[in-house]
Amino acid sequence: MAKSYKAGVKEYRDTYWEPDYTPKESDILACFKITPQPGVPREEAAAAVAAESSTGTWTTVWTDLLTDLDYYKGRAYAIEDVPGDDDTFYAFIAYPMGLFEEGSIVNVFTSLVGNVFGFKAVRALRLEDVRFPLWFVTTCYGPPHGIYVERDKLDKYGRPLLGCTIKPKLGLSAKNYGRAVYECLRGGLDFTKDDENVNSQPFMRWRDRFLFCQEAIDKAEGETGEKKGHYMNVTAPDVEEMYKRAEFAKEVGSRIIMSDYLTLGWAAHQSLAKWCRDNGMLLHVHRAMHAVMDRSPTHGINFRVFAKLLRLLGGDHLHSGTVVGKLEGDRMATLGWIDLLRDKYVKEDRSRGIFFDQDWGQMPGVFPVASGGIHVWHMPALVSIFGDNSVLQFGGGTLGHPWGNAAGAAANRVALEACVKARNEGRELEKEGKDILTDAAKHSPELKIAMETWKEIKFEFDTVDKLDVQHR
Amino acid sequence: MSDVQDYPSRLSDPNSRKLGTFSYLPAMDDDEIRKQVEYIVSKGWNPAVEHSEPENAGMTYWYMWKLPMFGETDVDAILREVQLCRETNPGNHIRLIGYDNYNQTQGTAMLVHRAEIKV
Repeated sequence: MAKSYKAGVKEYRDTYWEPDYTPKESDILACFKITPQPGVPREEAAAAVAAESSTGTWTTVWTDLLTDLDYYKGRAYAIEDVPGDDDTFYAFIAYPMGLFEEGSIVNVFTSLVGNVFGFKAVRALRLEDVRFPLWFVTTCYGPPHGIYVERDKLDKYGRPLLGCTIKPKLGLSAKNYGRAVYECLRGGLDFTKDDENVNSQPFMRWRDRFLFCQEAIDKAEGETGEKKGHYMNVTAPDVEEMYKRAEFAKEVGSRIIMSDYLTLGWAAHQSLAKWCRDNGMLLHVHRAMHAVMDRSPTHGINFRVFAKLLRLLGGDHLHSGTVVGKLEGDRMATLGWIDLLRDKYVKEDRSRGIFFDQDWGQMPGVFPVASGGIHVWHMPALVSIFGDNSVLQFGGGTLGHPWGNAAGAAANRVALEACVKARNEGRELEKEGKDILTDAAKHSPELKIAMETWKEIKFEFDTVDKLDVQHR
Repeated sequence: MSDVQDYPSRLSDPNSRKLGTFSYLPAMDDDEIRKQVEYIVSKGWNPAVEHSEPENAGMTYWYMWKLPMFGETDVDAILREVQLCRETNPGNHIRLIGYDNYNQTQGTAMLVHRAEIKV
């Protein structure tokens, strides 16, 4: 029977709270952590979030009756306590497939994290996880190459890849910068990296940097016989300039370029990912600005959502936190999102902060990148935590070696291979790490000095964004 | 500066060339190679042996020694093929591969013999 029109304001829960709803395979599902305003019941707050992130507006309008709102609305279908926190709760919301444009991450998030985050009825709101249905995954472009194609292109197997960000971050001339790249690569690293804010400043324009770095790569490859790369940062003020830099990187023979997907913008980043597949170029992705949005435990977007959406947008590497270095990162949560980057199917697992099963179909995986404040003493833990399909990046831990970058790189490579060999032999890396490294250092003076240099450095601040568990 | 050591890799020295995983470690003895073969078998990968003249080692494709040993789990049988390959191609580098057919990749590829190069 047709509905009749009544002007006025209704309670959200009358329309958008459906505890009996069974989510469909085709729905996009979201889990929000909601801090409601005092006095607002949980069901009303959850329904308000569902409404404001889908079809709802603050009042009934007559044009509501020209469509099938029952189909298009988001539905809050479940509410759960947050362990250890009485002020917040989890709300699960299902969105029908017809709400979204195929293959558009931009469209999905303009809905899910749009106006609703400034909405007065909630004091704070955090998007904890999103389940992307398989139909949506298959309409996205995905990684330009993925983990296994990258391994084939680089001919590197059975171990994590090794990288290093060139320092100082800013101020080197292109020629001196290329020298630092050359020394790292000849010493045994697979990659060096432009720092995220190295774009094209007056002290070093991008074209000069690309040329000197490529010469460095070519010589290091000749010397070591191994394939090498420098992440040439094509993050640029506009899209035309981005493409110009990418094309030049290809022209000089680079194997890999990089972008910062949050500051560059998702549409520009997705275009770049498509360009990379078309041009056989690997794509390293940095995540500047993520902590602005993912660090607060009560407001913003959890990094696992940014990790998933990057896999859909396209990238071959993504910075994921180190667990052990100078940057924020809860161990179990990090383990959760590195699997979301790499695996074909990830099961719901609350102990790792994963709220939904996620089927990636045939979409290739992304290498997680551990970078920031790590050195040789962290190697056993890193190999154990990240496994082979990862990129481990030692910036200061390479460049700060008393004998220079080549020796620092060699120290890291020896430590890495010693840990992989020991792991394959069935030894427990995190327990026996010291013995494994000490044995390896007997054959490597570079590693011995590195171990003496960094012995005492530890980063033991408490994590701000922890998983929600009772004992917090 | 007297404490600082030089890093002695050279374009002109063929012994500066590296050969992938484990080429930065000392040569493995028989017992160590056996443990790596056991690892490949324990992962359910298909073992394979490849070899190359040192001067061509930078190419993607090395010579395949026979065919990958599909389904082979006998560690001694695998080690025998490594040894046979080495005896038949005394001047060549040898690597051991574990093919992971589920992920369509090599689960590992490691150097098990570096040929001596006289300069």
